[in-house]
Amino acid sequence: MEVKTAGKVGEVYRVSGPLVVAEGISPRMYDVCYVGEEGLMGEVVGIVGNKTLVQVYEDTSGIKPGDRVENTGMPLSVELGPGLIKSFYDGVQRPLPALKEASGDFISRGIHVPGLDRNQKWDFKPIVKKGDKIKGGDIIGIVQESELVEHKILAPPKLGERTITEIYDGSFTVEDTIAVLDDGTELKMYHKWPVREARPYQEKLPPVIPLITGQRILDTMFPVAKGGTAAIPGPFGSGKTVTQHQLAKWSDARIVVYIGCGERGNEMTEVLEEFPELIDPRSGKPLMERTVLIANTSNMPVAAREASVYTGITIAEYFRDMGYDVSIMADSTSRWAEAMREISGRLEEMPGEEGYPAYLASRIAEFYERAGRVKTLCGEVGSVTVVGAVSPPGGDFSEPVTQNTLRIVKVFWALDAKLAARRHFPAINWLQSYSLYVDTLKEWYEQNVAPDWGELRRWAMEVLQEEANLQEIVQLVGSDALPESQRVLLEVARLIREVFLQQYAYHPVDSYCSPQKQYDLLKAIKTLNDWFYKALDQGKLIDEILEVPGKEEFARAKFEENYKAAMEEAMNKIKSALLGE
Amino acid sequence: MKEYKTINKIAGPLIFVEKTEPVGFGELVTITLPDGSVKRGQVLDTSKEVVVVQVFEGTRGIDSSSTVRFTGDIVRLPCSKDMLGRVLSGSGDPIDGGPKIVPEERREIIGAAINPYARQYPREFIQTGISAIDGMNTLVRGQKLPIFSGSGLPHNDIALQIARQAKVRGGGEEFAVIFAAMGITHEEAYQFMKDFERTGALERAVVFLNLADDPAIERILTPRMALTAAEFLAYEYDLHVLVILTDMTNYCEALREMSAAREEVPGRRGYPGYMYTDLATIYERAGRIRGRKGTITQFPILTMPGDDITHPIPDLTGYITEGQIVLSRELHAKGIYPPIDVLPSLSRLMKEGIGEGMTRDDHVQWNDQMYAAYAEGVDLRGLVAIVGEEALSERDRKFLRFADEFEKRFVQQGKYEDRDIEYTLDLGWELLAMLPESELTKIEKKYIEKYHPAYKKKGETKVEAAEAAA
Repeated sequence: MEVKTAGKVGEVYRVSGPLVVAEGISPRMYDVCYVGEEGLMGEVVGIVGNKTLVQVYEDTSGIKPGDRVENTGMPLSVELGPGLIKSFYDGVQRPLPALKEASGDFISRGIHVPGLDRNQKWDFKPIVKKGDKIKGGDIIGIVQESELVEHKILAPPKLGERTITEIYDGSFTVEDTIAVLDDGTELKMYHKWPVREARPYQEKLPPVIPLITGQRILDTMFPVAKGGTAAIPGPFGSGKTVTQHQLAKWSDARIVVYIGCGERGNEMTEVLEEFPELIDPRSGKPLMERTVLIANTSNMPVAAREASVYTGITIAEYFRDMGYDVSIMADSTSRWAEAMREISGRLEEMPGEEGYPAYLASRIAEFYERAGRVKTLCGEVGSVTVVGAVSPPGGDFSEPVTQNTLRIVKVFWALDAKLAARRHFPAINWLQSYSLYVDTLKEWYEQNVAPDWGELRRWAMEVLQEEANLQEIVQLVGSDALPESQRVLLEVARLIREVFLQQYAYHPVDSYCSPQKQYDLLKAIKTLNDWFYKALDQGKLIDEILEVPGKEEFARAKFEENYKAAMEEAMNKIKSALLGE
Repeated sequence: MKEYKTINKIAGPLIFVEKTEPVGFGELVTITLPDGSVKRGQVLDTSKEVVVVQVFEGTRGIDSSSTVRFTGDIVRLPCSKDMLGRVLSGSGDPIDGGPKIVPEERREIIGAAINPYARQYPREFIQTGISAIDGMNTLVRGQKLPIFSGSGLPHNDIALQIARQAKVRGGGEEFAVIFAAMGITHEEAYQFMKDFERTGALERAVVFLNLADDPAIERILTPRMALTAAEFLAYEYDLHVLVILTDMTNYCEALREMSAAREEVPGRRGYPGYMYTDLATIYERAGRIRGRKGTITQFPILTMPGDDITHPIPDLTGYITEGQIVLSRELHAKGIYPPIDVLPSLSRLMKEGIGEGMTRDDHVQWNDQMYAAYAEGVDLRGLVAIVGEEALSERDRKFLRFADEFEKRFVQQGKYEDRDIEYTLDLGWELLAMLPESELTKIEKKYIEKYHPAYKKKGETKVEAAEAAA
């Protein structure tokens, strides 16, 4: 990346909360500035005549007119290189452990800590050699960053085609030169990238592979594709955060970026305490070994909250460029939108709907468009899957953030406070939710799980839909008044809800459910369904069918490590009672 | 010191001062009126031309000849362990007739954010002695759990009962209580003070009083003062502090008044767009820090305007706090105290604070079952209203009775009744025993065999023991 403008120093004209108006600097939009003697970090958000509007990422108490403002001439950027994995950053990529070392348990201001550790040495193995031609985005070497992640060192994306004149093998810090090019450019293991600019790729590919999350209602009912976008809107207390955590824990992405944007401090602490202890079901290694955490809790400065989602997605794109599948969880994008609103209000911009800035829709769209499955500059295939939580005020889905999000995302997991109140978890409403990837992913499921996956899923959805219709009648007249076949349907729907859809996040076995197990469970319910109707045809009494022994054991089979045996035993019991076989 | 007599505009709680030397954002300001009285304020906006000051005590009596002095410092609270037992005004001055507080430290009242990396996850069970809280929505040390109430509901009694009874089992350490009143009436304040004095709680309490007739803008300071005192006691003196903030609705009204005076772009229902961030800087000051002994637990109380839980104040609060205790007008009308509606209530941190070694091994599954059974019973009431109870099946009638008994026996308790957790759990089991055992699907067999009254000898449960004693 080129740096043209030399830093220019001016002074503060006005301070109003996180907004500082400066004079005498000649900035470009989104240049980073340092304000006051302490050097509080800020970003240019507006230019009016000779005055520059700077949003400051830290508390501005004590800053006064006349204080020094320095323009770095660089947009807000993140450092991309070895050391990202297992990191725990604030919204502008300052490592929180380093901040604790620098300023104790509370975050004080004006602390500058680089995103990547300058002292740590990494073993760099080149995969290109002297005389090779490289261009932007090419992989020039490998660093084993953690047990799970092989970090591929990329040439900065904007580099033109060059020949390598020197390249070194060995142990280096990120600041050391690892290669020299024919025009004298020295390459390091890291490069910077402005967060508000999407990283380039060759082309977008269709999303045809599902992101396996191990959550039955998600994978089977409302799947998301690798490179897809999903939104989880939900009123508070409906289990939004738990669902996000489950995704971060279990989804089969190679890298997970988790952004806690304007959320609770204790929740981030939970993630921090839990992730290092959780074992990735596929590799047997701690999940932290593939995770980057970004936390800008609700009481941390609002401007950094606005920046945090960009910091997160830029890091995600960087790993995508190595050819990895990355998933990024943003909890919550409403807090991000509110941060935009807050700053827009301070800028005295003309408000749009509910006080949000008029550019809300385009900002949300821009963000989600950075998701996708792509052919990278170096020819690998990588993806970024974005899952954004939305916290609609008062649980009202018609508010602008939810609506603008729904216009752009392809999967909608509607959380329902009523389900949560009955302790039906995950409290995802199966009637309101949808996934537009069902058809594109069907092929994958049918090839990799079972040929009748699509058929089975459709059957289950039909039963649930029919149950909802019947419930309206039951509400009025009670279930005894229904014909026998419909009472069987209600029972089958109950099994689907309680055995299949309900999943216990805190149960060691049930927390993760493989696609095969998901299929087996649902298939078994379908088999029971068939037996119920067969028994009914053979003249069994409805009460005998509904109270057939073995159902409880069947419901508990999913909690067993060896669920197949437990399920089979329960089903034999049911079968002999129902059909006498 | 910089002094000016250049006030050129006064609007609501704001004064605009011209032609000043550079003044820092957030600086503390004193304003001397022509009659010699002194008011305080804080810089809200500063530029080379004009400085905007919000006056805490209101602008009444200020004229353009008043003297404005910028102190060059920000608002601080003089802190000392001697604050315990004292009554202070909403801006931190003693109003109990006692001596001035000799500060050990003058703390900034805008607390810096706790580094999430330094936090420790709260998981120590606090027994409040109230079944609907301990059993259903357990509180843990370092949590922020608001009471969502409505006007006319007994939230103050509940807050007092919690302040009286809260303890950590086996810990033996008592809580220090910080009580911050914002815009409550003299009568309510009297009720609190009397109870504190009578139970001797005042000795381990610090009271900040901003009453209904005190200046509204002062309310913006009050919770910050209270939390600064709480942080001082928790982190310097290793105390476990319980902070009661009442009523947050009045605080938010003051915030809106401020925002309107500044002619800011209003957000929902006229509340400022930054209200979420502002509330977060209050609520997020609860918690525990690794390596420090003291903790801060918050009990904010707010009255929902029109009992509307989607109103911006409860809504934004719910997104920041770790759950909520919701009071119900319906239960109150039925004569049930505490009228806690457990269905919309939630404690987000309870899962780590309950179970074996903390409360009892059966608590987690017991909780799921109690919730599910009560929810089902409440749903059936809707059906009964249409078809009558006769039309229900035997099973449904049992659930219906369960819901009634749940409210009458489990939720309902005395204002001075301090139930321990075993009692609460056993009481729940008694109610669950009303249901067919095959309906207890959320509880594993081993717990049913251990705790279900049907498997117990007579007089073995805590409830029976208590009844026998009575």
